[in-house]
Amino acid sequence: MREIALLIVATLCTASAWAEPMHSAIERGRYLAAAGDCAACHTADGGKPYAGGRPVPTPFGVIYSTNITPDKETGIGRWTEEQFYQAMHEGISADGKHLYPAFPYPWYTKLSRDDVDAIKAFLDALPPVREENKQTALPWPFSVREVMAGWNTLYFHKGEFKPDPGQSAEWNRGAYLVEGLGHCSACHTPKNIAGGLKTGQKLEGGYGENWYATSLTNDVRDGLGDWTLDDIVQYLKTGANAKAAATGPMAEVIENSTQHLNDADLRAIAAYLRSVPGRNEAKSPETDKQRLARGEALYIDQCSGCHMEDGSGQPQVFPPLKGNAVVQAREPGAMLHMIIDGARIAATKSNPTGLAMPAFGWKLTDQDIAELATYLRAAWGNKAAPVAVSDVKKTRDRVAKAARAQ
Amino acid sequence: MERRAFLKTIALVPAVGAAPLRPIANPAAPGPAFFTPQESAFIDAALARLIPNDELGPGAKEAGVAGFISRQLGGPYGRAQTWYMQGPWREGTKEQGYQLKLTPAEFYRSAIEDVDQHCRGAYGGKNFAELDAASQDKVLHGLEKGDIKLARVSAKQFFDMLWHNTREGFLADPMYGGNRDFAGWKLIGFPGPRYNYVAEIEQYGKPYGLPPVGLMGRDPNRRIG
Amino acid sequence: MATRLPAVDVALVGFGLTGSMLAQELTDAGLKVLALERGGFRDTVPDFAIDHIQDEYRYAVRDDLVEEPERETLTFRNSADQVALPMRHIGSFRPAVGAGGAAVHWNGQTWRFLPTDFRMRSHTLERYGKKFVPEGMTIQDWPVTYEELEAHYDKFEYLCGISGKAGNLGGKIVDGGNPFEGARKRDYPLPPLKRSYATVLFDKAAKEVGLKPFPCPAANTSKPYKNIYGVQMGQCTFCGYCEWFGCGNYSKASPQSTIFPVLLKKTNFELRSHCNVLRVKLDGSGKRATGVTYVDEMGREFEQPAELVILCAYTTHNIHLLLLSGIGKPYQPGKGEGVIGRNYAYQITSSVDVFTDEILNPFMGAGSLGQAVDEFNGDNFDHGPHGFIGGGYIALWTTGGRPILQHYLPQDAPRWGSGWKKAMKENYLKACSIATHGSVMSYRDAWADLDPTYRSSYGDPLLRLTFDFHDNEHRMSNFLTDKAAEIGSAMKPRAMHVKQRKGHYSIVPYQTTHNTGGAIMGSDPKTSALNRYLQSWDVPNVFVMGACAFPQNHGYNPTGTVGALTYWAADAIVNQYLKRPGPLVHA
Repeated sequence: MREIALLIVATLCTASAWAEPMHSAIERGRYLAAAGDCAACHTADGGKPYAGGRPVPTPFGVIYSTNITPDKETGIGRWTEEQFYQAMHEGISADGKHLYPAFPYPWYTKLSRDDVDAIKAFLDALPPVREENKQTALPWPFSVREVMAGWNTLYFHKGEFKPDPGQSAEWNRGAYLVEGLGHCSACHTPKNIAGGLKTGQKLEGGYGENWYATSLTNDVRDGLGDWTLDDIVQYLKTGANAKAAATGPMAEVIENSTQHLNDADLRAIAAYLRSVPGRNEAKSPETDKQRLARGEALYIDQCSGCHMEDGSGQPQVFPPLKGNAVVQAREPGAMLHMIIDGARIAATKSNPTGLAMPAFGWKLTDQDIAELATYLRAAWGNKAAPVAVSDVKKTRDRVAKAARAQ
Repeated sequence: MERRAFLKTIALVPAVGAAPLRPIANPAAPGPAFFTPQESAFIDAALARLIPNDELGPGAKEAGVAGFISRQLGGPYGRAQTWYMQGPWREGTKEQGYQLKLTPAEFYRSAIEDVDQHCRGAYGGKNFAELDAASQDKVLHGLEKGDIKLARVSAKQFFDMLWHNTREGFLADPMYGGNRDFAGWKLIGFPGPRYNYVAEIEQYGKPYGLPPVGLMGRDPNRRIG
Repeated sequence: MATRLPAVDVALVGFGLTGSMLAQELTDAGLKVLALERGGFRDTVPDFAIDHIQDEYRYAVRDDLVEEPERETLTFRNSADQVALPMRHIGSFRPAVGAGGAAVHWNGQTWRFLPTDFRMRSHTLERYGKKFVPEGMTIQDWPVTYEELEAHYDKFEYLCGISGKAGNLGGKIVDGGNPFEGARKRDYPLPPLKRSYATVLFDKAAKEVGLKPFPCPAANTSKPYKNIYGVQMGQCTFCGYCEWFGCGNYSKASPQSTIFPVLLKKTNFELRSHCNVLRVKLDGSGKRATGVTYVDEMGREFEQPAELVILCAYTTHNIHLLLLSGIGKPYQPGKGEGVIGRNYAYQITSSVDVFTDEILNPFMGAGSLGQAVDEFNGDNFDHGPHGFIGGGYIALWTTGGRPILQHYLPQDAPRWGSGWKKAMKENYLKACSIATHGSVMSYRDAWADLDPTYRSSYGDPLLRLTFDFHDNEHRMSNFLTDKAAEIGSAMKPRAMHVKQRKGHYSIVPYQTTHNTGGAIMGSDPKTSALNRYLQSWDVPNVFVMGACAFPQNHGYNPTGTVGALTYWAADAIVNQYLKRPGPLVHA
């Protein structure tokens, strides 16, 4: 996704474009589109910006994003502001069809009319690109778009964001961004089998694009509980902080979206997230000494070259594994994904390096990886449940799916 | 969403960021076994003298070095794949290095035959593998010093090549087939290709405590190829 | 029929250290820069990744990262009365192929030359008189001074994150650093690396014999480091897999770890890999380059127009390309005329193996982890009684203990058999080696030209090297070796093996990848190929980087000076040449 970031940055004037007051609707729309990370889905690999055609993997099949450049025949050049608002607010296309919630209208519904209009103004100002929309063909019954009407009844809560008068302006701004444009819970909240959010487990972690997205609650072990507001801001702005580094789909979110937000908005997001309650449950890590010894041996042999012998990593370079939220996540999927397939840290303007971890899945067996991961979740004061071989197998499947979705 | 090649927009540039995070193919990987049974008999016997099995531990034969050399000769090394093998060929000075038309595989094939031929002449019709240990040592010393004149190839050059490859097989990562059970590394006290000694480097004079590990892990029987 | 491509501002031949540095500087100046690299693209992950890079057999024995002689090699002879023969497999030096060049597989030993080194000829004549420069020795003063390069040495050190301790800050000698070094404005960007036991023992012994040891400047980071371009490096963990290997945890300076992350994102930079430059094309006058021709991996030929052509390939490849392209007059030793190929030099090394009673754990090391003394380098001592010129540092390096190639056995150890096993067992953990790293002067009878017989895989005549060590170098090297042995003895070893460099220069055993000269910088176009800005005297829109510019080689690894010269040349190109293209120096 780096070329998209490149193009976004290239089409922007300079970094100061963010800091200047955004007088014009187009400038405001540009900023909001970055916050909503529209370009990420609406630009195909090697394709023109916002011209659609990207295959978005969902549990129900692949959904192709559409052309939202102002081309009159193949894009949304003929859409009125009202029609665009209806799509964003209700998930209904200009031709009256239901959109699949791979397009995150359940979140964009929260946007104010003004903000939606500004985004439209920005899109209207883009160079029109002639690119026919690829047909999305989900298996029945999902191929029948009217099915979405039923899904919406169960899982879609239409309505613009309503500020909580008991909270600060900063908190409300953060809530507006996180629950709206940010659509964070689209990945970071667990979903039920129908793809609806388990709203009782808000932001406790979920799957998105074959990666496990960790908890954003204030759980001390597997969430942001021991992160300061500055930690969160630094992470979203640069791609890393002393405690963690963004990889996988989150790296692209940071590159395309959050690194372009201003500090005030990042702090607002941080303030809101730190208020989301976590369970802070007791955890039961592995206690079998022999199993832990084998995991420890694997760690020293394979991992200590970067993550150091005591798990403390090299802060701002290789994340510490000690106290690490991804390591202690309720589901070990993200950690396993990285061990199996490697990872590359977000490359941002403030930290362009993009340090990478190689794949170890080719030389470690499922058993090795399970024991290593189990050890990591019990070492240095970490506390999280052991990892089973089946967890590793499932993650290998997800890695393969992610590769096929390329 | 997998990470994208950030330079894919520039047509002629290689897909940089899309380079997989998985490792690339290994040009030192073993090929098919090269030695004939007769050559294997020679090699087994020679290895047993070059690095014998003794009270200090397994020797080259036990460490799988014969198979290592055989499969290296069957691979890119044996084929001199990276060497400059264009003619014309002239004998040079020793400062000018290897100037033969023969690849290592061809060299071994000729040399082993030549050595056996010499042994048959000098030891009443016996090939090297059939000699007693003392005679075998004598032959090896003779090759090493260049005292023996072989029919086709230089004895000294063959000995040097064989001894180099023997040490390589004895001390390379066991994933190449030699250094079985870390025999070579255990002999000398090398803990394998580890990557972090920050805590240990200033513990002057202290032995390093961890057992040997190969690239494929602490089980020396995991191979490649 | 070559396909003609759209023009670029700058065509760089080779994408190693100097190519990467220039690409970064010249793209920052707004130029459209194209790098043509005959090898493939390489990056830390996956090519040098920590999951597989620490493989001695693959990378140090089978030379995986080194340029294959099958692709390109050279022919070699000691003297003109011999027939030069091809270097058929890798030996004395190990040039690279692929993005990042040899700065991927180097050790990271990063030095500055001495102020007197830059005035080699005049200083020697002043102090010692004409007799000290024998007939046939063709040393020259550099056309730049140490003082002019100081800021550029500094920039290179801050690019790489050199770990070290300054010995001369603004003229003030600082305890614990190199008291002989040229004055520097500020200290190294990182403190020295933690010391291995062997270097501690050397330090003690060197002090006992009255010398002033100091930590060797290392392009292995002692701490995580963010460099001058905002690129983040990690911290060296002493794995002992430096030279011949890429660094798996971003702690050795290479173009990958210091420049690529910012360079490769630029829209005004393009890399074409697997593209071998065949010729620099000149116009009818022969005084202007119009661009380069190259062949891609499918064998298709292209013509790439460029305003500026900069040779950034390895020393020998740069000389080769100049000869093939007809830039500068080829050197003819008989006549003493010509400049391309003139003043080729190398390095003369020796060592003293030291065997201790205590465990040294040699496998804990880093490419530049060492302790050195510089009393016998350059003109740091009175050469009067000795009758030779030049010198070198003496250092105990602990670069690693890789079992196949990095073990030391006493002189009397049996070469094979049970006795060899016993010697290996008793000595592997308790041995180290003191190295001497001596200068090599330039001589009339050491040069490079085109071979009349042998050709490369690209169909061109190979470069031919005629080179040997001279009496001056042998005497100097023996002197250094004796000094090294003194220090070794003071380490109170149980055994010592003094290994003087004897006999002719041989292309067979590895020594250093420090080939220098052949396209030297100088003040006189009759005896140099380049002016003081590394600009060709003959074709002003061609610049040539690298150690081929050294008029002679001094007693230090060349990379620090190569880096400094590159920044010096970049500065001249951006601030002088671009404003007024043409010769920057009128001879």
